[in-house]
Amino acid sequence: MTNNWQKLWLKTLKLWVIINLLNNTMKKYTNTGNKDTRSGFGAGLTELGQKNENVVALCADLIGSLKMDDFKKNHPERFFQIGIAEANMIGIAAGLTIGGKIPFTGTFANFSTGRVYDQIRQSVAYSDKNVKICASHAGLTLGEDGATHQILEDIGLMKMLPGMTVINTCDFNQTKAATLAIADHHGPVYLRFGRPSVPNFTPENGEFQIGKAVLLNEGTDVTIIATGHLVWEALLAAEKLEEKGISAEVINIHTIKPLDEEAILKSVKKTGCVITAEEHNILGSLGESVARTLSLNNPVPQEYVAVQDSFGESGTPDQLMEKYKLNHASIIEKAEAVLKRK
Amino acid sequence: MKPNTQQLNDFSTQVRRDILRMVHAVNSGHPGGSLGCTEFFVALYQVLMERKEGFDMNGNGEDLFFLSNGHISPVFYSVLARSGYFPVSELATFRLINSRLQGHPTTHEGLPGIRVASGSLGQGMSVAIGAALAKKLNHDNHLVYSLHGDGELQEGQNWEAMMYAAAYKVDNYIATIDVNGKQIDGSTDEVLHMGDLRAKFEAFGWDVFEIKEGNNIEAIIAGMTEAKSRTGKGKPVCVLLYTEMGNGVDFMMHTHAWHGKAPNDEQLAKALAQNPETLGDY
Repeated sequence: MTNNWQKLWLKTLKLWVIINLLNNTMKKYTNTGNKDTRSGFGAGLTELGQKNENVVALCADLIGSLKMDDFKKNHPERFFQIGIAEANMIGIAAGLTIGGKIPFTGTFANFSTGRVYDQIRQSVAYSDKNVKICASHAGLTLGEDGATHQILEDIGLMKMLPGMTVINTCDFNQTKAATLAIADHHGPVYLRFGRPSVPNFTPENGEFQIGKAVLLNEGTDVTIIATGHLVWEALLAAEKLEEKGISAEVINIHTIKPLDEEAILKSVKKTGCVITAEEHNILGSLGESVARTLSLNNPVPQEYVAVQDSFGESGTPDQLMEKYKLNHASIIEKAEAVLKRK
Repeated sequence: MKPNTQQLNDFSTQVRRDILRMVHAVNSGHPGGSLGCTEFFVALYQVLMERKEGFDMNGNGEDLFFLSNGHISPVFYSVLARSGYFPVSELATFRLINSRLQGHPTTHEGLPGIRVASGSLGQGMSVAIGAALAKKLNHDNHLVYSLHGDGELQEGQNWEAMMYAAAYKVDNYIATIDVNGKQIDGSTDEVLHMGDLRAKFEAFGWDVFEIKEGNNIEAIIAGMTEAKSRTGKGKPVCVLLYTEMGNGVDFMMHTHAWHGKAPNDEQLAKALAQNPETLGDY
């Protein structure tokens, strides 16, 4: 009797799992459950704390928001609470490298970049210091706090600095992998991630190669180049485009600088047109970096999914991404538009 | 063996000549503050700091120095060269194209002796604190020194750094303030009166020591030795070093006019006559 009940229960469970998988599965990618990218950073930092004794962490009064609690708890001697003084934090981080340490600074993207641009420029970038500037709550998806906190210019600011590596990860797993990878890379890095829970679909413990694009979906009609939270939207768009008979290639550009120009040019040679998608102002964007690459090598029609030179505002992340047209619907619309220009 | 006072004064005279000739050659640079801090740099590099042979960026096992007010690069370069970090002849490339001796100090060209770029003011104290924290993590008992202009304290980042250093007991660190009372637009009192610097540092939790004769090498050595003895006691140490901008050249003293101006041929000759060659010009 018990055995039969058990079998029935198991069958039900299996059915439930399959239904759930179908809901979250596209042809090739499975969302293993929504998670925030900042927690990926926290998980990576925790692992680094155990693996690399030279890794130190600094925070400007946002330990919980940056998910740095574990590192602080496990390695109090290697954790520096700076207080609400971001300029000082960047300078102290630069100084710590001089003793051979690998400092990871943590605060919101706005306070990680715009607020401390000159400190990063002189004490970190120009001084060739091995500082990892880790920035959460980037872009509109910070949500209700509004435009004072939603920086949409940080990618532009950081990629303009000579020698700076700029990374914008798409999900929990990739953010964790990137956090581990940048510790082994010598030189200043800007690592950008966010606050909301988003689909987690890249491989767990996957390899992260700085500067190497990831081809997520092969296609022949249009190339969608996406970064950060827009990568999942690009996959959704590609699936819906396929239903309309349009074959979209999807490339995940997690490293905006140095840009994997080879991967972009190879794809564009095949498709002949491009959409770029990102949670950032169109000025100073990944899209502009792609446009430069194309104009120098193979000019083709390009459309941008990006914020159109404006500040953000308060709202829920979903409302904001819809209002500022940063979702799969916009990618589809732009794809159809760019195809007409081919 | 440490050099005696006569040798140190001769060293300082030669450094003053270097400064004057460097800024004259390119008709740019900052002679005033450089001359005012000459004896301090000579005392630091020739007597006070424990230094290793050669240069490596991490500087483990030796004292470190950070120049925050990077515009007085001429004195820094001269003392570094004459302390063996790079050839003295390279001083002739100051501010020239393709030189390692940039207008303001940088690590970017690989000049030995420089550990961070400075020039945009107010950043050096934070960097020095970071280096001091790294020394503590590395169980390295050596000290970190830094120099800042008094006018530079108008930059807010200094006060963030001061608050931090006291709160977290960064007591392996001596920050020296070059109190010459002058900045580009005039006296510091006229431009932005900063009040009582000693009281301010003390209110922030620092141990403050004053060196009234900041251009007297013996007074500097005695004062800095006292400052060293105050490290390791739970407080960061601040030295208020009272200097005369343009020291050693009579017409450059008691004025802010030579903050960022080079002498012409005639002025150079006059200034050099007051500072006869001692160790040999570059």
